[in-house]
Amino acid sequence: MIKNLKPHTKQNIITFLGLAVVWIVVTVLRSQGALGRSTLGLLVPICCYVVMAISLNLTVGIMGELSLGHAGFMGIGAFTGIVVSQSLMRVTSSVPLRLLAAMLVGALFAGIFGFLIGIPVLRLRGDYLAIVTLAFGEIIKELITCLLVGVDENGLHMIFNYKGLKNVEDLNLSEAGQVIIKGAQGATGTQTIATFNAGMLLIFVTLFIILHTIYSRTGRAIMAIRDNRIAAESVGIDITKHKMIAFVMSAAMAGSAGALYGLNYSNLVAAKFDFNTSILVLVFVVLGGLGNMRGSIIAAVLLYVLPEALRGMHDYRMLIYAVILIVVMLTTNSPAAKNFFGRFRFGKKGGAEE
Amino acid sequence: MEFLSYLISGISLGSVYAIIALGYTMVYGIAKMLNFAHGDVIMIGGYISFCGMMYMGLNGWLALVLAMAVCTVLGIIVEGLAYRPLRQATSLAVLITAIGVSYFLQNSALLIWGATPKVYQPLIPLTNDAGTPNALRLFDGSLSISYISLLTMAACIIIMVGLTLFTANSKMGKAMRACSEDKDAARLMGINVNTTISVTFAIGSALAAVAGVLLCSFNPTLMPTTGSMPGIRAFTAAVFGGIGSIPGAFLGGLLIGVIEAMAKAYISTQLANSVVFAVLIVVLLVRPAGLLGKYVPEKV
Amino acid sequence: MSQQKKRPATKMVPVQTNAIVPDRDADKSPILECHHLGIDFGGLTAVNNFNLMIGRTEIAGLIGPNGAGKTTVFNLLTKVYQPTRGTILLDGNDTSKMNTEQINRAGIARTFQNIRLFKEMSVVDNVLVGLHHEMDYRLPSAILRLPTYWRGERIARERALELLSIFDMQDLAETKAGSLPYGAQRRLEIVRALATNPSLLLLDEPAAGMNPSETSELMDNIVKIRDLFHIAVMLIEHDMNLVMGICEGICVLNFGEVIAKGSPDEIKQNPVVIEAYLGKKDGKEAGNDG
Repeated sequence: MIKNLKPHTKQNIITFLGLAVVWIVVTVLRSQGALGRSTLGLLVPICCYVVMAISLNLTVGIMGELSLGHAGFMGIGAFTGIVVSQSLMRVTSSVPLRLLAAMLVGALFAGIFGFLIGIPVLRLRGDYLAIVTLAFGEIIKELITCLLVGVDENGLHMIFNYKGLKNVEDLNLSEAGQVIIKGAQGATGTQTIATFNAGMLLIFVTLFIILHTIYSRTGRAIMAIRDNRIAAESVGIDITKHKMIAFVMSAAMAGSAGALYGLNYSNLVAAKFDFNTSILVLVFVVLGGLGNMRGSIIAAVLLYVLPEALRGMHDYRMLIYAVILIVVMLTTNSPAAKNFFGRFRFGKKGGAEE
Repeated sequence: MEFLSYLISGISLGSVYAIIALGYTMVYGIAKMLNFAHGDVIMIGGYISFCGMMYMGLNGWLALVLAMAVCTVLGIIVEGLAYRPLRQATSLAVLITAIGVSYFLQNSALLIWGATPKVYQPLIPLTNDAGTPNALRLFDGSLSISYISLLTMAACIIIMVGLTLFTANSKMGKAMRACSEDKDAARLMGINVNTTISVTFAIGSALAAVAGVLLCSFNPTLMPTTGSMPGIRAFTAAVFGGIGSIPGAFLGGLLIGVIEAMAKAYISTQLANSVVFAVLIVVLLVRPAGLLGKYVPEKV
Repeated sequence: MSQQKKRPATKMVPVQTNAIVPDRDADKSPILECHHLGIDFGGLTAVNNFNLMIGRTEIAGLIGPNGAGKTTVFNLLTKVYQPTRGTILLDGNDTSKMNTEQINRAGIARTFQNIRLFKEMSVVDNVLVGLHHEMDYRLPSAILRLPTYWRGERIARERALELLSIFDMQDLAETKAGSLPYGAQRRLEIVRALATNPSLLLLDEPAAGMNPSETSELMDNIVKIRDLFHIAVMLIEHDMNLVMGICEGICVLNFGEVIAKGSPDEIKQNPVVIEAYLGKKDGKEAGNDG
């Protein structure tokens, strides 16, 4: 009965099974020492970018609004996560607990910012919404650049150094104190506690939440707004509320991904979370297919690994990346190319539906 | 007096943004796409004129003409190869392609000219041979406006007026306006839509080359990423003024330049970008289609 | 259809003499009352002094030449546009503070002249969006897939299929809405509107693009819907066979003003209406079609 009701459930199960297989295979390979150092170093960032991609897909694919500032939320999550993890070092020695707390607080802060930013942003439409998300992304980045944060036995010390005149001495830390964020230099001396297992777990949780949201009354309402705002309103859907739900969820997930990302590097600058990172994630989402979470995951992994795989090409690798990007977009979107490639697909179902 | 000199530097920087934004807004108006590669055409314009001066021994003005010619051709090629096949595709597909083009141009520049910044020779040197600044001195020298600033402002006004007259009166200009309203209807009226869009990209790219030369004259370090930030800034300016509107891009560019200069002078150098963006957000909340843009409600 | 309607208690309102309310509704207050409704766009008056009452189980027609302001009236009733003047009472309650979403929850559902389906979603999902407020589970229970979620979804889905069966569309449930043929899209819009449990259904040109046999089937279905759900229906339509065939009261609009109201027979005979559609006999003023 239930299986008859839910034709998508099978697809979701396949996605989760696929992820589980990847998790097991990578774990086995690691234990056999079959992965090189550079590959191992990629594991956590890949997980982070997968979460970034599926969370952005919620905004772009499901809600249907172009966001160009997703990296800003990742940045908020990263620096909150670092502060939480470093501060908790004095309280608990349990690494998983600190990691969990960092991701949760990172998600919370990013979610709060998502809400505050959503109030003005979601009133706008189309390209105007896009530019404002871009604006907020850049603002977040610059605000973080002005932060000086340290911790000692008296708690957190924070300065918002917007004139650029103060330095870490002004934090008035005690002897035992430690500086966590040094303004434009970013976070330094962070204990790197992010792990691949935490990353996979985060992917599972976010995917679980997103897929279960999509196939619920909330998800249908969000997609209805995407397909036709006026019609959605006319059947009693609260536009602002549902857009806000999607936007805040998306921001919070980016925040937790950011926290994990931040705890993977001992040094991290806010400039990492700029427009280019937002664009990078957007490329994953569009190439993976709008609204297609599995596609986002695959695209994020492939496209994140691609430049690394092209390392042998040295200076040409980003050029090749660009060419691949253009060619993929042209072949998947232009009518002429579609016809050309369509001839070779006998086995597949025809594209035209009636 | 200090205020005035900040204002003038803001206006001259804003004029560069306005020139870029004019190209941006024309392309947007007709192709309805956010051309993220526009900023990189500026950078290519800068490098071409640099090469013209350094290796071909051209003077600044001839180098400018050379840069304009090369960028025009580049714009037409990019449009024809990358954007034309996607005329029927979703705007996001075009956006990602534009990003691909942007990466391509940046990395091509990186391969050809390397990552080390080039020191650019301004179109009008800041000082003359005698060592005195090439500037207009006012109020007994307490306020000086460099000739390059004056040139930029003049260029910006001439381009704005020229484009307005061109789109209002010429046959091609009318075709452009028709295409921006409704491409299918324009085609039925015998307008060659592809040619019209090509010409628009050509004009936009030529303007980007002018902007590149002027930008490098102000800020003489030239790198493959030189165009990115001005590109985004000009995009902001175009939206600020109402994207698709020529006077809007002019106004938006000037305002963004002035706000940036004032923010740097009186608020914080670190947060100058944020101030610019914050003003943009406030403007869009009050006027959702920008300062001079027309808000067209959806017909039910 | 055991669904109990969530409507506010009836309020008695004096019924004006010129109201077109069928006999069976005579002792009840009208579901909709418009008093001196009007809207200006810039300097242009699109609708002016629009007065109308619709009985609780009436099928009313709104006709008039193109550009007369018929769809604008629908947009005013559903608050897509805010009226410049006048009041709208729904079941005796003032709607001036409501937005489109609240209007729907208060009991007005509509279809659109230019079809507005959720094209990327399946047929049944379109109806389920209409049933949004019939499901009472919250987002956390959906994420955790708690029993309340399963129960809510199951009931809603059964209800959706039941509604689709009015138009024999239950077999199309999993088809993508955007790929339905034109007539089926129009019917799906009606089902989606019905799903929101309205007390007044507004149909904007429901027969547009349909052939005569489809239209006659639609006529039967509109009457069937009224009888099944006990709701009022107001429709804009150019097909006079449909309008004269099923409407109990007709309101004729021209240049944004009501020029005639009455039963189909009265309207057919009304010289002002004939003039508006065909123009004056002496040819001084041609029939308006803008």
